[in-house]
Amino acid sequence: EEEKRSGVVSRFLGELNITVRRFLFRVMSSGPIPQHIAFIMDGNRRFAKKWKLEEGAGHKAGFLALMSLLKYCYEMGVKYVTVYAFSLDNFNRRPDEVQYVMDLMHEKIEGFMKELDMVNRYGIRVLFIGDLNRLYAPVRVAAEKAMEATAKNTKTYLLVCVAYTSSHEIPRAVYEACQERSGRKDGKEEEEEELIKVVDLEKKMYMGVVPDPDILVRSSGETRLSNFLLWQTSNSLLYSPKALWPEMGLRHVVWAILKYQKNYHYFEKKKKQA
Amino acid sequence: MAVLAFRDTTEENKILCTMNVAEDFQETFDRITPKDNSIFLFLWHVVHLILRVLYLALEIFQTVESYLITNRIVKAYGHLNLQRVNYLGVVIDSDEARETAEVIQLLEWLSDIGIKKVCLYDKEGVLKKSKEVLMERFNSVKQSNDDSELDALLNIKQIAFEFVSSSDGKEAVAKAANVLFKKYYSDGDTEKPFFTESYLTDALKTLGAVELDPDLLLVYGPARCHLGFPAWRIRYTEIVHMGPLKYKKHGLILKAIHKFTKVKQNYGS
Repeated sequence: EEEKRSGVVSRFLGELNITVRRFLFRVMSSGPIPQHIAFIMDGNRRFAKKWKLEEGAGHKAGFLALMSLLKYCYEMGVKYVTVYAFSLDNFNRRPDEVQYVMDLMHEKIEGFMKELDMVNRYGIRVLFIGDLNRLYAPVRVAAEKAMEATAKNTKTYLLVCVAYTSSHEIPRAVYEACQERSGRKDGKEEEEEELIKVVDLEKKMYMGVVPDPDILVRSSGETRLSNFLLWQTSNSLLYSPKALWPEMGLRHVVWAILKYQKNYHYFEKKKKQA
Repeated sequence: MAVLAFRDTTEENKILCTMNVAEDFQETFDRITPKDNSIFLFLWHVVHLILRVLYLALEIFQTVESYLITNRIVKAYGHLNLQRVNYLGVVIDSDEARETAEVIQLLEWLSDIGIKKVCLYDKEGVLKKSKEVLMERFNSVKQSNDDSELDALLNIKQIAFEFVSSSDGKEAVAKAANVLFKKYYSDGDTEKPFFTESYLTDALKTLGAVELDPDLLLVYGPARCHLGFPAWRIRYTEIVHMGPLKYKKHGLILKAIHKFTKVKQNYGS
């Protein structure tokens, strides 16, 4: 009997929760909503230490936080969400920790593939961004399958940056731009004026498929970008809440969007000047 | 209708009624909210008004704090470990950078604190254009303020400046791309190397970009944003927002430097 009653109460609270969020969303969307938010998911290991959990548990808790935040962002009307899941620098960590994160990513992608119907119903397109050849083979295969399976969705985008750093992305874009230009040159006469321009480079960036982020959020209060989206954040609001990544919640998304709205005219002016 | 009817005493009906409340909550909500969104717009303005008041309170608090720090009433920031700040970057919003007097006062403060190398950035190159004026007025202020000849002799407060704008950022990478293209792609079908970071760094060096990465970046502007500072130079740079240039606070700079010296970076590992 206790269970039945508590089941009903929790459903009621759940409905209340959703209604409060919808109310909040309607208030917030009276102002401009950012199109693209990027997250640096920092603080999983500190969280595990803080709560005296075993090492991998921080990453697991981080994954749950990610799912909640994605839900809040998409509910608020954000179209593109990018997350920094694994940096090329992270390969320098202890091999067992790298293996753990790779296994966790594999497990989560497989789990995601099981919910494909729901994902396609919500129209989420998943893209894995970075030097995918550096990923362990099973993760890479799973990632490619997930990208293929959601390729037709256009409602919202989730970009997962794995094996990514800006110091890899920028020279690679230069390389690709050079390759493309040399391909073009073969058919034409020598044309000195055909120089590589900034727009050519931006087309070849991994992140060239989506607009630049409006907000870049880094959890754990650290104020650096750690080689993430350095090129794309020229006009992005940088926000560094002190909460560790597993502690991030709706209030941080709301606060980030409020800050964005407060500075909206300034950023629009900056974007126009570009 | 959201009716709590507990006339029946059976458990099932009680549960059904409560469930109705949960579902009807949504319905009721949809019914009472007006279709024209004006109440939500009103609430939005209220929220942003409260936000403005909070920011004003923060500004007042920071002004008081800065006063206390500068006048050494708060002793915590007295001894700064400036060795850790090898290179300080300052980003100024281009519109605010036109206030030359404010810029010079900032440079003066930095020099007094003991910073040796400063990189000044603004997107449109306003600071670059007024470089001569800034340097001339800064040096003249320094000379008139030097209250000991020993200071002047030993060049204790000597400070080196670098002026950077967006042409040293994305556009420089495009120029470097052309340099690399000419170098590796002008001869037919030889094997082309994959460009890693070191190729790009070398190409940028030939174009004149030889300076270090800043350790700490102070941003003067309405919002915390690096405004296009050369991307490859801020990989691990701590970025701190200082507020608008005309409301700059000396104590806040000391606090930012102090906080920076306490940061521990893992560099990903």
